[in-house]
Amino acid sequence: MPSNKSVSDAPITQFVNCRILRDHKLQREDLWVREGRILDPEKLFFDEHGYADKCVDCEGSIIAPGFIDVQINGGYGIDFSQATEDVTSGFSFVAKKILEHGVTSFCPTLVTSPPDVYHKVLPQVKVHNGGPHGAGVLGFHLEGPFISVEKKGAHPEQYLRTFRSGGIEDLKEAYGNLDNVAMVTLAPELASSQSVVRELSQRGITVSLGHSVANLSQAEEAVKNGASFITHLFNAMLPFHHRDPGIVGLLTSDQVPAGRTVYYGMIADGIHTNPAALRIAHRAHPSGLVLVTDAITAMGLPPGRHTLGQQVIEIQGLHAYVAGTKTLSGSIATMNMCVRHFKQVSGCSVEEALEAASLHAAQLLGISHKKGSLDYGSDADLVLLDDALNVTATYISGEEVWRKGP
Amino acid sequence: MKLIILNDYDQASEWAAKYIRNKILAFKPGPDKYFTLGLPTGSTPLGCYKKLIEYYKSGEISFHYVKTFNMDEYVGLPRDHPESYHSFMWNNFFKHIDIKAENTHILDGNATDLQAECENFEKKITAAGGIQLFVGGIGPDGHIAFNEPGSSLVSRTRVKTLAKDTIMANARFFDGDLSKVPTMALTVGVGTVMDAKEVMILITGAHKAFALYKAIEEGVNHMWTVSAFQQHPQTVFVCDEDATLELRVKTVKYFKGMMHVHNRLVETPPAVSKKN
Repeated sequence: MPSNKSVSDAPITQFVNCRILRDHKLQREDLWVREGRILDPEKLFFDEHGYADKCVDCEGSIIAPGFIDVQINGGYGIDFSQATEDVTSGFSFVAKKILEHGVTSFCPTLVTSPPDVYHKVLPQVKVHNGGPHGAGVLGFHLEGPFISVEKKGAHPEQYLRTFRSGGIEDLKEAYGNLDNVAMVTLAPELASSQSVVRELSQRGITVSLGHSVANLSQAEEAVKNGASFITHLFNAMLPFHHRDPGIVGLLTSDQVPAGRTVYYGMIADGIHTNPAALRIAHRAHPSGLVLVTDAITAMGLPPGRHTLGQQVIEIQGLHAYVAGTKTLSGSIATMNMCVRHFKQVSGCSVEEALEAASLHAAQLLGISHKKGSLDYGSDADLVLLDDALNVTATYISGEEVWRKGP
Repeated sequence: MKLIILNDYDQASEWAAKYIRNKILAFKPGPDKYFTLGLPTGSTPLGCYKKLIEYYKSGEISFHYVKTFNMDEYVGLPRDHPESYHSFMWNNFFKHIDIKAENTHILDGNATDLQAECENFEKKITAAGGIQLFVGGIGPDGHIAFNEPGSSLVSRTRVKTLAKDTIMANARFFDGDLSKVPTMALTVGVGTVMDAKEVMILITGAHKAFALYKAIEEGVNHMWTVSAFQQHPQTVFVCDEDATLELRVKTVKYFKGMMHVHNRLVETPPAVSKKN
């Protein structure tokens, strides 16, 4: 049927026989898409007398906004923090593979690295939209090197840095260009850290607190200066103490400025966060929960031994061990798995689980006007799921980019 | 006049929907022959719309060759406001069926020239060959569309100031805030509805009982505008038991005694039974 040519020539797709996540509820509604964006069918009907050119029967599927992973270090044997002459092919490979997890955009994450790695890698990968080639890049997440020695976790100590020259100059020295950076994880207790938080926030770069021994008041000061995220809550920070709950205390702090929300990343793989801790966080602050995979190189590889860089890793089930030991070498979680696990252990609704993987991340990054929801005008980045929340198809800008085989 | 008395709201809705279905089917609409249907908004017709959607989804009827004309719309309320009658029709009916946008007609309460908008609406009805079946509901004060008590019984489509009672009744849809309720509306006139080949009025609930009594047991009276349809050659009142509470036993018994005849009007036509 013809679309109304006076407004747009672009074909209109109508997804039918589906339940869509809108206004925090799954609703029996059709979803309409034109020019890669979600269309208001009522406006189309009354203003344009327009109709769909193509109908997609979703066979009862759930349609949710495409998942957004703000912390992923690599996968399928690719380590984003490895500097080579051509990093783009590795990034693209991972970007394409994560489509099958329902991820439509992500923040490739670099762990603490020497400056030459940043200088080499950052200029090669620009912020770009997703498509059949893979999930879109929203900008880098630079986790370190301005973090605490005590809470360095797996980050190499020799490359950790402090703000020696007093702030932003140190960032430039370490990272080089900040153009394609979406988020920086730092420790707010480092000297001069607070002015860096302010500076980054003013530039529109999300500041996340993590790998830190900050107490609550230091964390609150950072939030007042613009920080809005907590990197993998509970991991690599002081454990909760009732007289000084540390960064964890931000979840229920009364010092968060009105109208602002502190978000926090959760690795809901059942391994990196105990389900009870996950429930504590979720019940204390449900609207701030952002599911992240924090996936490493080994994510997506089959069970067995793999040589990754200098390390030999053994994958058994959902665990990735340093071969021959029971030492965890990082998360090999996928986003769809985290969504299911989070729902199961928290007892939250399907809607909450899906929004923790989409809407909250978009709000955190300040892009909720175009990502993370199925509101009219938003990018038609979609994930189709069955009732058990298995991903059955992924769409970017209204175009099918992955579909589960029969 | 026919008075159809069903046990409850659901049965009344179903009866009305089947009646509309059968009228459309019997008309055999096609590209050169559109069925023209007048439609109301409000809570009363919701059940009827649901049933019609069901019949569409089961393949019994299509609205492809149906033109619709709505009774009324608020003045000055944004079209996409959830309480606008455009939104109502979209959400409760149009988006679920195969009707073409260009075949639906709802008065534009935001038109720069409201008078011209009303005149055009009348012209569109005429151009479509008049209305085959006008479906309506009524208010507890017996108003049909926004033809409030005292409206001329030969009125045409026009701008109307709403009665205080109507504004207060509608406040519940506008956060209970009287100042947010539109005070004017565009509405078809009583005469506009009278011109339809056939009129079906839905009346359900005890709170409409007095209005039904005024509609059919007393004389034609412009203070109860729905009573005008006593003079229409083909009017069907469809009501539930509750709405008959103010009627005489004699009236109720008479019409109930004819239900076996009237029910034939809503029997599933053979063509549809075969399809199913």
